[in-house]
Amino acid sequence: MTYLDAASAAPLHPVAREALLAALDDGWADPARLYGQARRARLLLDTAREAVATALGARPDEVSFTSSGTTAAHLAVLGGLAGRRRAGRGLVVSAVEHSCVLAAAEAFEADGGTVTRVGVNRLGRVDPEKFAAAAGPGTALASLMTASHEVGTTQPVYEVARALRKVAGGPVPLHVDAAQSVGRVPVDVVGLGAALLTASAHKWGGPPGVGVLVVRTGTRWRSPLPDDEREGGRVPGPTNLPGIVAAAASLQARLGEMADEAGRLSALVARIRARVAAEVPDVEVVGDGDPSGRLPHLVTLSCLYVEGEALLGELDRAGFAVSSGSSCTSSNLEPSHVLASMGVLTSGNVRISLHRDVTEADVARLLDVLPGIVERLRRTAGVPGR
Amino acid sequence: MTVDPAAEAALDGAVVVDVRGLRCPVPVIELARTVAATAPGSVVAVLSDDPASAADVPAWCRMRGSSYLGRTPAPDGMGGAAYLVRVG
Repeated sequence: MTYLDAASAAPLHPVAREALLAALDDGWADPARLYGQARRARLLLDTAREAVATALGARPDEVSFTSSGTTAAHLAVLGGLAGRRRAGRGLVVSAVEHSCVLAAAEAFEADGGTVTRVGVNRLGRVDPEKFAAAAGPGTALASLMTASHEVGTTQPVYEVARALRKVAGGPVPLHVDAAQSVGRVPVDVVGLGAALLTASAHKWGGPPGVGVLVVRTGTRWRSPLPDDEREGGRVPGPTNLPGIVAAAASLQARLGEMADEAGRLSALVARIRARVAAEVPDVEVVGDGDPSGRLPHLVTLSCLYVEGEALLGELDRAGFAVSSGSSCTSSNLEPSHVLASMGVLTSGNVRISLHRDVTEADVARLLDVLPGIVERLRRTAGVPGR
Repeated sequence: MTVDPAAEAALDGAVVVDVRGLRCPVPVIELARTVAATAPGSVVAVLSDDPASAADVPAWCRMRGSSYLGRTPAPDGMGGAAYLVRVG
């Protein structure tokens, strides 16, 4: 089976596996205690925090570990709003944010807050001026991702952060969901102009169950959860120390591999985009095709007259694991909010996301079987002659 | 769903494809089947209650050279929307 769903979860990096096993032996004690084993655990945690902070251009005391990227995003959004309650009760997000950010926005709305969802163009990108214009006096926080987890299009985060500083009524802090970018492309919290940044270890080859929350010094943030002294008072409950150690080790390893791998995977994505467009009729390869405007490892396409679920099934039988944003593959039978916001086709949708173990031969095999599968499904569905 | 006056006006005399109760990709397949048998310039109304149609009917029009005229509540009050397409 060729695994092509790294945007959901990347396979565990070999360095992460080694670090995880070592930390299971060495890092089980509560780092908040004062005896020898606890001091050892504390040292491991501090070292991991420093490594992750360095990787993101943050200070160690700005970095907290959570139990997932989802939890990190919830805490960033709800905590950023709570910390600026006196400034107002407004939140601005893009319409294509990850569902965890949109869920936090809905929780805020249910609590009496006002949420403005800014639309995107056909490529899935917000206009920085339009985004900042949605903020005003009373806007407590804005949230924008570095790049789309569904279509790979990057967002003009720095331009948005800069425009948000000039909003009437005072600067508006920005939360940046960097889950798809960390470990794939350089991410620098200062360079992005982010007040809050979140990420998820299993997207970069760390284990599942580790998220990262960066709260930059000077950012007004108040925990939306009951007080707890751990993780700088930002994340209640004991941390998953072995997971954190493994996440940090794999992120460090990723930084060394990143530049070469991004070039290799980006070329494979370019090949997929070109060959699918040329060989599959009535297909829409969605998102920005320009390598400077997309993630290196992710490509999404939609096929007319094809059921997404059937396409996933056929690819699974052919030995390929991919995901889909088509309505038939979602639990609520709604198509992906990202594809719908972009105004692109949602039927027969497949997201292909690559990782360090994917070879040129894997991609070549996928490209050999895909046109035939689509053709067969259309024939079975009785699609009229085109 | 709000009433779209332009789509409402186009309903008059449109060829109706009622695919309510059917899911993606059937509504768009039925649209393509109907359009193939309809003269260019005519209007086709797809009655659909599949949430995917809101994205997929306009996308089909763009990809297959027809014009999307908008959507409005289904005129018979039986639920769903009418998506209006001018055959290209």
